[in-house]
Amino acid sequence: MGDLAIQVESLSKQYRIGVGRYRHDTLRDHLRHGLTALFRPTGKAQAGENTIWALKDVSFEIKQGEVVGIIGRNGAGKSTLLKLLSRITAPTSGEAHVYGRLASLLEVGTGFHPELTGRENIYLNGAILGMKKAEIERKLDEIIAFAEIEKFLDTPVKRYSSGMYVRLAFAVAAHIDPEILIVDEVLAVGDAPFQKKCLGKMQDVSKEGRTVLFVSHNTAAMLNLCQRGILLSSGRIEGEGQMSEVLRQYLSHYSEVNLFQPHFGIREGDQRAVIEHLEVRPNPPQTGRRVEFTFSIQRSMASKGDLWVNLAVKIRSEDGAPIVIANSQDVGEEFHLSSGRTEITVRLEQLLLAPGRYRVSAWMGAGDFPVDRIQDCMLLCVEPGPLVGERHIGTTHYPVVMPSIWKREI
Amino acid sequence: MEQLQSLRVGTGIPELTKPHIVVKPPQGLWHLNLPELWHYRELLYFLVWRDVKVRYKQTVIGATWAILQPLLTMIIFTLLFSYLAKIPSDGLPYPLFVYAALLPWTYFAQAMWRCGNSVVGDAALITKVYFPRLIIPLASVIPPCVDSLWSSLILIGMMAWFGVNFTWALLLLPAFMGMALVTAVAVGLWLSALNVRYRDVNLTVPFLIQIWFFASPVIYPVSLVPETWRLLYNLNPVAGVIEGMRWAILGQPFSELGLLSVSFLMVVGLLIGGIVFFNRMEQTFADEI
Repeated sequence: MGDLAIQVESLSKQYRIGVGRYRHDTLRDHLRHGLTALFRPTGKAQAGENTIWALKDVSFEIKQGEVVGIIGRNGAGKSTLLKLLSRITAPTSGEAHVYGRLASLLEVGTGFHPELTGRENIYLNGAILGMKKAEIERKLDEIIAFAEIEKFLDTPVKRYSSGMYVRLAFAVAAHIDPEILIVDEVLAVGDAPFQKKCLGKMQDVSKEGRTVLFVSHNTAAMLNLCQRGILLSSGRIEGEGQMSEVLRQYLSHYSEVNLFQPHFGIREGDQRAVIEHLEVRPNPPQTGRRVEFTFSIQRSMASKGDLWVNLAVKIRSEDGAPIVIANSQDVGEEFHLSSGRTEITVRLEQLLLAPGRYRVSAWMGAGDFPVDRIQDCMLLCVEPGPLVGERHIGTTHYPVVMPSIWKREI
Repeated sequence: MEQLQSLRVGTGIPELTKPHIVVKPPQGLWHLNLPELWHYRELLYFLVWRDVKVRYKQTVIGATWAILQPLLTMIIFTLLFSYLAKIPSDGLPYPLFVYAALLPWTYFAQAMWRCGNSVVGDAALITKVYFPRLIIPLASVIPPCVDSLWSSLILIGMMAWFGVNFTWALLLLPAFMGMALVTAVAVGLWLSALNVRYRDVNLTVPFLIQIWFFASPVIYPVSLVPETWRLLYNLNPVAGVIEGMRWAILGQPFSELGLLSVSFLMVVGLLIGGIVFFNRMEQTFADEI
């Protein structure tokens, strides 16, 4: 009992969904329904109402000092689970026990007021996140230094750039010292250097022996930070165990192969133009045969000026190890994007990958600066094919294949 | 942190030193957790501080407005109701008579309005952070007190002008203002919780305030109300508050002390009902807001 941090026992949460609630023909019906609704036990739906189980019979335990990642598609119940554990909303049935001081970070900058200065917002936000005034005062210098906003400390945050705003917000959040930390997708905001900084801070936190429960779409970050993973699907636990195992299960179950699925991975860049689609041909591709990737790119009407981009297709193994990159920059190609749609194809003369599954990331940048970059936007499934001659190469543990010619010399 | 460790939220297997939080479906009617509310007092303070700061930052004339508004209202009311309509004021100077009522009324109307909108207004907090939700309506009724402090300066000036004796009864003024505050919270709790589910509540509050104004003895004396209706009339706690104010400031005799207790009981009833109702509704605030 003593070393448990979180214990969840068949936790469930039911939501009512719209329709049933407003189907009243007369004012009298509406009032009658309204009055009974006011005093009935909250969270329990009446018969005939449209409901959905956002979370159903979820049970797990987390030991002190564990860093656990929760993965699942959108709507799988990840955020609901975090909200229940943070006591933002109450469960419909089941229960959970949390042992230790808990802080949840479901958003950075919760409660920031635009009219107040940076300093004032540090106090306000700190108090909202559960810090005591004395504690905030003690850490004030540290927070200011971390946020790098010394000069603007007494400026209202409405005059801050969005970067400064996010830095300040994260700085406050990074200085709450709970025993248990719940983090939801916070890393998805800000630019790349900021995300790196957040990640570094998260790593520090987990090294200090705190318990962390973490939701993110950033699979690489999940692998680096978490020992254990929980896979949620339609409100139930679908898998649990080593992070790399759970991630593999997630990627193989939930990605349909060889299709563009931009919502799984993290996406960054200034989005002056976006990758709307990535198509692989033939589908499925075969080892040793020719393969083409076609980018469909949409340049926004609002973006001004000349835009030259280079493109890249990155291929990594299922567990995230880099294997190969095809980068237009490496062959000196750049493409001019006029506003509207552009299609660009890269042809790989011979696919030198062993049969199996790989993760593909798409990159579009102007120089080294990302315009739109989508990590893990396709699960590539390579079928056996002939490399030299007609003989098919089967699955091996070695991802890269090479045409080889064997000859007896003596 | 020490405080939190000694605080046991909910029930469950006892653990040494560590706080133990139980997450489970709400049961029963009464969820008020006073120790926890006390633990979050600093958040209450910061929310009040935020509203006061923002209030005085955005307006150029700041405190002047807090003084001007009741002053101008008093002048207009005096002209309209005393000079033109000849409404009696129990032999007291009408400006003072009406100002003594405007002070708690202005506060009450503002506090109730703010309280009714408080939960919806802080939706961003409710969906992202845990704290006892009661903090929000509680914090919302305090900032208007600052305005009341400013406008009570005018009251003192007027008392001197009209040559009213300062008596010990004046010390009871805060108590009556306190009753106005509790009334605003009691009604505001109902409104703020209802507002989350039915946004039309927001639209009815100005109307409610208008009706309430005429149901309270702001521009007329209670003596104008027929004796037989007095008991019913005093179910309105604001009537009790205003009578109390006039008594404390002007030494005007209470119509009946028993009627004040009617007002008082009404406030207590509304407050307890409000807390139960709010606690019940707050479980789903985050889902419905």
